Amino acid sequence: MRLDVEGVSVDAGAVRLVDDITMRVDSGAFVGLVGPNGSGKSTLLRCVYRALRPAAGAVRVDGDEVHAMEPRAAARVLAALPQESSAEFDFTVAEVVAMGRLPHLGRTAAGDRQICAAALERTGIAHLADRGFLALSGGEKQRVLIARALAQRPRVLVLDEPTNHLDIAHQLDVLSMVRSSGLTVLAALHDLNLAAAHCDLLYVIADGRVVASGPPHEVLQPGLLAEVFGVRAHPVRHPETGAVQLLFDLLPKPSPISTASPSSLPSL
Amino acid sequence: MRRIPVLPLAVGLTVLLLVSLLCGVGLGASGIGWGQVFRFLGDGITGGTIRAEDVASYTIVWELRLPRVVLAAVVGAGLAAVGVAVQAMVRNALADPFVLGISSGAAVGANAVILLGAFAGLGVWALSVSAFASALAAMVIVYGVARSAAHGLTPLRLILTGTALAYGFEAITTVMVFGAARGEAARSAMMWLLGSLGGATWAQVPIAAVTVVAGWAWLARRAESLNALAMGDETSAALGVQPTRLRRELFLVTAAVTGTVVAVSGAIGFVGLMVPHVVRMLVGADHRRVLAVAPLAGAVLLVWADILSRLLLAPAELPVGVITAVVGVPAFLLLMRRGGYAFGGR
Repeated sequence: MRLDVEGVSVDAGAVRLVDDITMRVDSGAFVGLVGPNGSGKSTLLRCVYRALRPAAGAVRVDGDEVHAMEPRAAARVLAALPQESSAEFDFTVAEVVAMGRLPHLGRTAAGDRQICAAALERTGIAHLADRGFLALSGGEKQRVLIARALAQRPRVLVLDEPTNHLDIAHQLDVLSMVRSSGLTVLAALHDLNLAAAHCDLLYVIADGRVVASGPPHEVLQPGLLAEVFGVRAHPVRHPETGAVQLLFDLLPKPSPISTASPSSLPSL
Repeated sequence: MRRIPVLPLAVGLTVLLLVSLLCGVGLGASGIGWGQVFRFLGDGITGGTIRAEDVASYTIVWELRLPRVVLAAVVGAGLAAVGVAVQAMVRNALADPFVLGISSGAAVGANAVILLGAFAGLGVWALSVSAFASALAAMVIVYGVARSAAHGLTPLRLILTGTALAYGFEAITTVMVFGAARGEAARSAMMWLLGSLGGATWAQVPIAAVTVVAGWAWLARRAESLNALAMGDETSAALGVQPTRLRRELFLVTAAVTGTVVAVSGAIGFVGLMVPHVVRMLVGADHRRVLAVAPLAGAVLLVWADILSRLLLAPAELPVGVITAVVGVPAFLLLMRRGGYAFGGR
């Protein structure tokens, strides 16, 4: 299923957090959303999975505007892994995964059990089914949330920084698990190398606008990275795979004493 | 985690509740024999005739004890169900039915009747009506203040607003108690603040029972949505449950049940806070299970707490809230030490 974000804008008071963003995620594609902190990634994603209603624009799944759909009907086609993972109550892993069945009507207990068991199996956490969710490690929690999303049987999956707080093995693990789901995926990612390695297409956003989009290696050019992230990027080839990787330095800061006029000195 | 299957537990609690109701009718300061109690119950149900010398005992059993134990069960069930719902609504394990300020608001109305003689024209209904009306007023105020145009009702705003306004309402009550000339009235106001079922009459039972059962049924139907809400607003939205709308509905339902319950029994503490936790320790956090069991457990607990409050210092009565705390706190600590229970991520 194809996901279209069309001219979405979000305001918080007088501040425009997301400004007229248009994106397209083709059926089965894995599209990444990168940008510095506060650039509007999470806000945009919240509009996509319906936690937030945009001030303008539309989010369409195969042409249907998700904000006009009945909430459960929308949740049957589009699942999400939000960033929040706080839970005050100690649900078991099986209970958390079973929540994925909530949007579905006319289901049977046996059918739900089978679908949840399959989701647990696919994410490799069947052995954790009776454990408390709160006591799991970060990597295990993320697998549980992916299992919940799979149990939702959606066509589109939205992920908000799914690799946060995970060690490198778990980061790769989570992304390859998502990739192999075959779903249409839109994911906000922090690690640019990880994004380059896993995404078909990248959108770079800064200050609530799309500043570049395209295949990862066309987009992640040193000039753009300097401008958007304020870092100096050095593309190098991986010694074994030959894939292009980026190494980063801070941009050399112009010394304020020699180059700036006194009036533009930062006031502390 | 070791968990008890829900169905046997619910059936067992139902049987226990029936036995507890019988005990509540049979046990009391006036020492009426069990044979007589059963006969009176039979007569009351079938409409038999009572001998003249039995009228006093019959009245105690049928007009005083029976409505009282039934009301205890209804109030206990209501407080437990609302406790479960409020904890999920504000996503805070320390919340209870009184955290929203509704009960403190009800206390203002009740004490206006007890201490100032307000609504005297309503006769025996004055207390309940005034308590419920001021509970509704408190609800409107809390809702109005907690709600923000941008975010609706958020958990933190609800707790902060409810707690802050509860202090305000309690200040009004305190001023009224201090201003009251009559010592007995202040004592009865105190009893009401701590909660008591001493004023139970048959007239109160139907309204309270219908409200509690309807509230319980409404919550039970939304048990899965409560699960989603407990995981967070964004998760909830992604699962097709609109968090702000659900929270608004929950606020109205829990406030109505709390207002009704508080109007007939005062603010009985502990039940709405601890019963949800104890039940979660036994059956897990899934609201489908918790809501099947918690109201029954709350009913049993409050029936026994009321029996003890009548018996321990007979013929004097202890506030029932003292008993719920004395019985419940050790039970709660024991269960918590048993381990395997985590709240708030610890």
